[in-house]
Amino acid sequence: MGEVLIAAVLTIITAATPLVYASIGEMISEKAGVLNLGVEGMMLMGAVCGFAAVNATDSSAIGIIVGMLAGSGLSLIFAVLVLGFQATQVATGLALTIFGIGISSLIGQDLVGIAYDGLPKLPIPGLSAIPVAGKLLFNHDILVYGSFVLILVVSWFLRSTRSGLILRAVGDSHDAAHAIGYHVIRIRYMAILFGGAMSGLAGAYLSLSYSPLWIENMSAGRGWIALALVVFATWRPWRVFTGAYLFGGITILQLHAQALGIGVPAQVMSMLPYVATIIVLVLISQDHNKIKLNAPACIGKPFHPTS
Amino acid sequence: MIVSLVKRPEQSQSMVYVSPLIALVFTLIAGIIMFMIMGVDPSEALYAFFVEPLTSSYGWAELGVKATPLILIGVALSIGFRAGVWNIGAEGQLTLGAICGGGIALWLYDVDSFFVLPLMIIFGVLGGMFWAAIPAFLKTRFNANEILTSLMLTYVATLLLSLLVHGPWRDPDGFNFPESRIFSDSATLPVIWSGTSLHLGWVFALAAVAGIWVLMSRTIIGFQIKVVGQAPDAGRHAGFSVNKMVWFVLLLGGGMAGLAGLFEVSGPIGQLLPSISPGYGFTAIIVAFVGRLHPIGVLFAGLLIALSYLGGESAQITMNMPLAVTGVFQGMLLFFLLACDVLIGYRIQWGSSAAASATGSGAVSNEVPNG
Repeated sequence: MGEVLIAAVLTIITAATPLVYASIGEMISEKAGVLNLGVEGMMLMGAVCGFAAVNATDSSAIGIIVGMLAGSGLSLIFAVLVLGFQATQVATGLALTIFGIGISSLIGQDLVGIAYDGLPKLPIPGLSAIPVAGKLLFNHDILVYGSFVLILVVSWFLRSTRSGLILRAVGDSHDAAHAIGYHVIRIRYMAILFGGAMSGLAGAYLSLSYSPLWIENMSAGRGWIALALVVFATWRPWRVFTGAYLFGGITILQLHAQALGIGVPAQVMSMLPYVATIIVLVLISQDHNKIKLNAPACIGKPFHPTS
Repeated sequence: MIVSLVKRPEQSQSMVYVSPLIALVFTLIAGIIMFMIMGVDPSEALYAFFVEPLTSSYGWAELGVKATPLILIGVALSIGFRAGVWNIGAEGQLTLGAICGGGIALWLYDVDSFFVLPLMIIFGVLGGMFWAAIPAFLKTRFNANEILTSLMLTYVATLLLSLLVHGPWRDPDGFNFPESRIFSDSATLPVIWSGTSLHLGWVFALAAVAGIWVLMSRTIIGFQIKVVGQAPDAGRHAGFSVNKMVWFVLLLGGGMAGLAGLFEVSGPIGQLLPSISPGYGFTAIIVAFVGRLHPIGVLFAGLLIALSYLGGESAQITMNMPLAVTGVFQGMLLFFLLACDVLIGYRIQWGSSAAASATGSGAVSNEVPNG
């Protein structure tokens, strides 16, 4: 039983990690007032480019970096359109996803069917030998550790740093932030690029660790689930983290249902994360004020500096 | 020398129509660059993509076949986008239409009657409407973001279809392939151009364009939609119910997507398969924007995007090019269009930004739904 439980928790962690990256990235971008619906596209781009880089160089480090760059490269298109050309954020984000799906399968057409061992596990000396906890917490690959660090850094950044405060100011009132003298556009560029990089990392985790290969459309809606998680978390980092792990927990049902002898068709189990997303959104959105109070006030609104 | 944007005193009407053309030119240029990167002769590739499909009557008929779902969905989505309702789950509504309408075809497999097809059409529409009613209910009752709910339901719908064709609806004589029986003749859409595959759905698509045009330009509902989309507060003060609007545009979009799905399975496909659409429901979003959210525009945009699907297939056959190129073209077209649309509200000024800002004024405020 202990073994089964450990395996279950490990599955939750691997399922949650890409969601943590993608939704934290999106949260930062939304905190700056930019709603980027292109997460799914950026994830796929990160996944395919990361995988291609590992395939070409045999270096997982390069793969991770390339995945990250690919995600932010795609988000740069979004940033230029939305910030430079004043394009509607919703439409542009959708375009980014459609484009990302297309270009990733184009890039990845020769990568289908190639196998990769997956990111190496990095057991932390000493700690990983602790029974149970060692296996659960101290024997992961770099990206899982990275997601723990990310959540700590981001929540510290938003809560306790001046830059975090400026970021939130830009998202809550771009006119006021501009009047005080902050570079709204420049800050938004950085937030979008960061969001893209994190989505790229989420994708790289999928193709390098979660299931180390490339399949067209392999993110399977995780980008959208990440978007929902940000709303669910009411734009707070630790709630994003919790939400991602709750979703990890649902994924596990999907994977282990057969092992547990639940006689439900695979498709029904696969519906769970999507249905859960809807339910969670309903629960959280029900309270109008909760969303209103927590959402960045300028989200989705274009900014055109006038003075 | 800096380029800067200066807000126009009022929106440029000519740019509304010129912008898609500029975007198309840029898309072609970007396409040429893409082909060169891929190591393909650009002229040959562009010919295979955009000219070759139209050199035969077969090609023209196929153009209509592929444009049918795009126009049906695009024209309905454009109404929603005008009202500020972002139904992006049309793909799921299309799938539900195919499931419900196709279910009727399988249920009445042995019935040879004129009424089978109309019944299928009704159930196709109802299926799509039902699937769109869920986000409408969740939006109006619980304030849940329709973008995310309608999209999540798309995944659920696809899995539902997969469940059905792998299980109860599998063809008993189909060697265990995940496919339903091939629909009987009375459940198959009649072809309106003999010798080709152009089916009755095309007539419905044209009728939808006309119908929506009348709705938007001649009825009070159309007027309300435009007002609520452009100035929600004004709409509220005028006593228009925003919730009713949400229900209306979502049910309309769902119904049309369901119809499109039913046409796919009872027309070109002729049975239920695990995958019945190459993403028409998503591409229709591009169609709606390229068509300027106007019914006539959507008609042309639908044909243009249909050509990109057709071109993708032709380039795959003649040049062994991956089908994904189609998606890249469609995405690029929307990118360039969104970029060019800046010219509607702004004009480009060459010069220092200081000079520009002296004449510029206020930021545009495009309300976007969230949360």
